[in-house]
Amino acid sequence: MRQILELLERDAQLSHDTLATMTGIPVADVSAAVTAWEASGAIRRYKAVVDWDAVDGDSTAETVTAFIDVSLAPARGVGFDDVAERIARFPEVRSVYLVSGSQDLRCTVEGRTIRAVSDFVSQKLSTIDRVRATATHFVLKTYKRDGDSFATPDADHRLPVTP
Amino acid sequence: MKPLNSVIAACPPSGIRRFFDIAAEMDDVISLGVGEPDFVTPWRIREAGIYALEHGYTTYTSNAGLPRLRELICDDLATRYGASYDPRDECLITTGVSEGLDLVLRVLLNPGDEVIVPEPCYVAYEPCVGFAGGTPVRVPTRAEDDFAIDADVVAAAITPRTKAILIGSPANPTGAVQPRAALEALVRLAEEHDLYLISDEIYDRLTYDGTHTCLGALPGARERTVLLGGFSKAHAMTGWRVGWICAPQAVAELCVRVHQYTMLCAPHVSQLAAVEALTGPDDDVDAMVADYDRRRRVFVKGLREIGLDCPEPGGAFYAFPSIRSSGLDSETFAERLLHAESVAVVPGNVFGPSGEGHIRCSYATALPQLEEALVRIDRFLHSL
Repeated sequence: MRQILELLERDAQLSHDTLATMTGIPVADVSAAVTAWEASGAIRRYKAVVDWDAVDGDSTAETVTAFIDVSLAPARGVGFDDVAERIARFPEVRSVYLVSGSQDLRCTVEGRTIRAVSDFVSQKLSTIDRVRATATHFVLKTYKRDGDSFATPDADHRLPVTP
Repeated sequence: MKPLNSVIAACPPSGIRRFFDIAAEMDDVISLGVGEPDFVTPWRIREAGIYALEHGYTTYTSNAGLPRLRELICDDLATRYGASYDPRDECLITTGVSEGLDLVLRVLLNPGDEVIVPEPCYVAYEPCVGFAGGTPVRVPTRAEDDFAIDADVVAAAITPRTKAILIGSPANPTGAVQPRAALEALVRLAEEHDLYLISDEIYDRLTYDGTHTCLGALPGARERTVLLGGFSKAHAMTGWRVGWICAPQAVAELCVRVHQYTMLCAPHVSQLAAVEALTGPDDDVDAMVADYDRRRRVFVKGLREIGLDCPEPGGAFYAFPSIRSSGLDSETFAERLLHAESVAVVPGNVFGPSGEGHIRCSYATALPQLEEALVRIDRFLHSL
């Protein structure tokens, strides 16, 4: 059953019929499993991986992304959890991880402009109680995201017919 | 001018070549005619090749190939199949299985010797027997039997001139994997008639519904079996041209002799990349095989749904459906399909008379392309 999830993670558009054929699992079982995963939240949702730089003529589609390392003061009983969850609620924040190293949280933040991201950091993030310091790294170019390469795919160099 | 070599002059160009010429001039062709992986060589192997170039491994190697690579190949055969070959004098690195096949046939055959070739089979088998001075003797296999080789049919083709039996399993073009019992029967025949067995196992890692039987590991086979293998298919390394021969010492020694005067050695950089292929983890191979298997299931089911009977291909990356229901011969079918729907397949008759009535479709192509090809083939069938 795990292979159904792996296949859907790579291509959420695969139909239950195709998944059943690919895995040899009866289609009714595939459908039941997917429905159950959707209900339980194991499958959070389905989304497209968009390379916005490749969307021609739509300047509004472009966004600015920044990685923001956050240093926190932990609190008795909750550690970093309460602040991390509070940060995660902001719609600008795409991801939040508790990490090892000199900083405590690593967040991904998206905004329309550099100014928008900067304002978010200075006015919303830095002003949260127990946030000691932030370090902002703007993304200049995306080569790979969540396992998907954004490089131009290699051309198929094979001849059309070979032995 | 004096006449050129009569054997070579009499050999017709491959039927595949003709289809390549037609397809190469067309746009928007979905090609199911490709006999190689659609994956690029895994990055760690490419990196090993780059490292080899950067550090100047641009020289000849020993004629038989890098000792380390030969050791790894023999270890792999021993671990995977229990086949035992000495890397010092029973293993030779070749420039692909194609060279290996040529070498072995030249070493085994004297003029007029016959080689039994079950067909449909890889397009090079028969011509290479001829180039080595031998005579290929075709033995048919049938789709109804999943192209399993019938030892009784082979036995009926044996004459006093028969020297060897040449088989490929898993097979190009049928995807057939020979059952262990069929191979054991061939070994018994070979013992009875004192024949060599030449076993092309280039697709050995690409099997889906069972495990591969290595001919050289069967009881009684070792002293008369020549194993051919390589890196092209499982490691997506077709352009690197690295293959190998494992054979009894007397055969291997003569193979090295021809090789040292003709090819000299396989490319050094490619051999070092092949070392990485065998020393690194198997994840890449496993992932590719799993992907081929998924496409195989979707494609074969799709062929059957549009009305083309298709034997279950247990290995390689080919489906070999019957197109008899169309009323067309395989060459006409392939040519009209190419012109009408821009789908390139290879007519089955180029692989031998038993391939007539079939087409070879490679599913080493992305799933959306396979699905689109099925739509186009279906439309073509309805237009007839």
